[in-house]
Amino acid sequence: MVELFGIPPQALFGQLLLGLINGSFYALLSLGLAVIFGLLNIINFAHGAQYMMGAFVAWMMLTYFGVNYWWALLLVPLAVGATGIVLERLMISRLYHLDHLYGLLLTFGLALVIQGLFRNYYGVSGLPYSIPAELSGGTNLGFMFLPTYRGWVVVASLAVCLGTWFAIERTQLGAYLRAATENPSLVGAFGINVPRMITLTYGFGVALAALAGVLAAPIYSVNPNMGADLIIVVFAVVVIGGMGSILGAILTGFGLGIVEGLVKVFYPEASAVAVFVIMALVLLVKPAGLFGRVA
Amino acid sequence: MTTKTLLLAALATTLMAGTAMATDIKIGVLNDRSGVYADLSGEGSVIAARMAVEDFDAANKDINVEIVSADHQNKPDVASNIARQWYDQDGVDIIVDVPTSSAALAVSEVTREKDKVFINSGAGSTALTGDQCSPNTIHWTYDTYALAKGTGGAMVAQGDTNWFFITADYAFGHSLEEETTKVVEAAGGEVMGTARHPFPGTDFSSYLLQAQSSGADVIGLANAGGDTVNAIKQAAEFGITQAGQNLAGLLIFITDVHALGLQAAQGLVLTESFYWDLNDQTREWSERFAAENGGKMPTMVHAGVYSGVMHYLKAVEATGGKDTAELMSAMKDTPTDDPLFGQGEVRADGRKIHDMYLFQVKTPEESSGPWDYYNLLATIPAAEAFRPMEEGGCALVTQ
Repeated sequence: MVELFGIPPQALFGQLLLGLINGSFYALLSLGLAVIFGLLNIINFAHGAQYMMGAFVAWMMLTYFGVNYWWALLLVPLAVGATGIVLERLMISRLYHLDHLYGLLLTFGLALVIQGLFRNYYGVSGLPYSIPAELSGGTNLGFMFLPTYRGWVVVASLAVCLGTWFAIERTQLGAYLRAATENPSLVGAFGINVPRMITLTYGFGVALAALAGVLAAPIYSVNPNMGADLIIVVFAVVVIGGMGSILGAILTGFGLGIVEGLVKVFYPEASAVAVFVIMALVLLVKPAGLFGRVA
Repeated sequence: MTTKTLLLAALATTLMAGTAMATDIKIGVLNDRSGVYADLSGEGSVIAARMAVEDFDAANKDINVEIVSADHQNKPDVASNIARQWYDQDGVDIIVDVPTSSAALAVSEVTREKDKVFINSGAGSTALTGDQCSPNTIHWTYDTYALAKGTGGAMVAQGDTNWFFITADYAFGHSLEEETTKVVEAAGGEVMGTARHPFPGTDFSSYLLQAQSSGADVIGLANAGGDTVNAIKQAAEFGITQAGQNLAGLLIFITDVHALGLQAAQGLVLTESFYWDLNDQTREWSERFAAENGGKMPTMVHAGVYSGVMHYLKAVEATGGKDTAELMSAMKDTPTDDPLFGQGEVRADGRKIHDMYLFQVKTPEESSGPWDYYNLLATIPAAEAFRPMEEGGCALVTQ
């Protein structure tokens, strides 16, 4: 059999596809971060905790109220996004005139509090959340067995990412948003309620994290640390893509998922550091990130 | 009349006790209180230690016990720093629990240096009583040899001789993989490949796929806690077992089964040294434990902390002080006997031996409700369950 670098091509295709699936989560999460940073200039360290909340709220809705997966996909982002809006109004909005660092510290603290609360009530072992019946099972692609649910994750993530990119870069609302970031007082003078727009943007970013959480609930264990484990990698993705760049976040998310997948085949021990090595290299060559504008 | 007699007796006891010096003991419960192993050790181990002190009735034996606890975050450097501070500044006499083998080995070194006592319950590496054994360390609950012998032995016996390992990339995973490899090779089997994943991990699909294409009969999961839960969940998703390969969770705790749910966990074969539903004594103790632990049943690690602290306190009572050398020889000379592990002994190399049990996880239909999870397949007698002393390479034995 023909082998590439000692790996049969079938196995390699399989690993590339798996990388793409993991990349879907990176892309969704880093997209939310990029939207928030791009428009609010807040480094949202609570993003991982909000992703975890998404998974937990889906679990709670199912366990306590019998809300199924499909409704959870819609309701959970709304519910968690609403908590984001409250958070922005009560706390984050007070920090806009200060240095980035304060927003970072606030959201980091919030993340620890949220994780601690969930840990206290639900423990760390995780809670079971089943794959919906419509998406269970899988298809044999010849080179690998693709669970239907994983395929669905890639499709859903791609659709949401492209939709968000389109809304921000190609619609009138998106134009207002981008203008408000450049010059809030001028846009306000045109009669647009800039603070409300910013609040809703934060809510939207948080809702994206929660959506990723719902998507993740059936395949990773729903536990309070699930966000903390992922968020550092996602930050690296955002930095590599260029802080605040929507397209950069999406492309780098999927790309790094694939790179990480390959590292897992050739030298699994290094898979946790691969992303950070790439980050260091990119920062050396292009300090603003691959798709970032020089500040 | 009887009241008067009682009062007199109480007075007499108090006077007699007053002549002896009270012993102050400080127990440090060091474990994971926030990460992947927090449910199987964590606060539950503190509860178990407290129950041991209460059941031993230390207060009436002139032993004042204080319990402190800390989170080592599964990091060896954090663990050894806390151990140092506890021994040097806070007057801690004994450290118990310490899951995560790399952290346990670090604490064992600090304990030897400070000449205190370390009773490990949570960690698995056989190095603790092997080439890195210490006169100050007792390894209580289980180890990777016992797990490999139990679960690995059972899988090999049913004809699954070719293995692929998915291993947590640190001391414990390596040790578990190595011990199981010996069992597999002794049975004429072969190890087809290994993937070592960073600890803790999230996505195991890549390793599972590698395992699938290796053509092995069994995928051995040489990891623990949340890593094992995720790997088993994802194996079901990728149709690994339907395709004919078997999964061997080499270390599975009852909290993992609880997290997986019986639907996903049914049929798994696993090795433990304790299960709450073994006999009347374990049930009675576990009910009391669960009442204090938010309804969650104890793991074998919790049981090991209880039993270890109990044995230590008996030694304190017997020697009437806290001289480390005397305590250690008292603990090794006296056979152990407690309601949770039954009879056993602490060997010269620090290994505590007792029976191990091979369980199979029940199907959802067989189970009567939460925590009713195991069927007992076999009891592995203490004498066979653990590595023979002469094979461990412990310097304390060859002397």
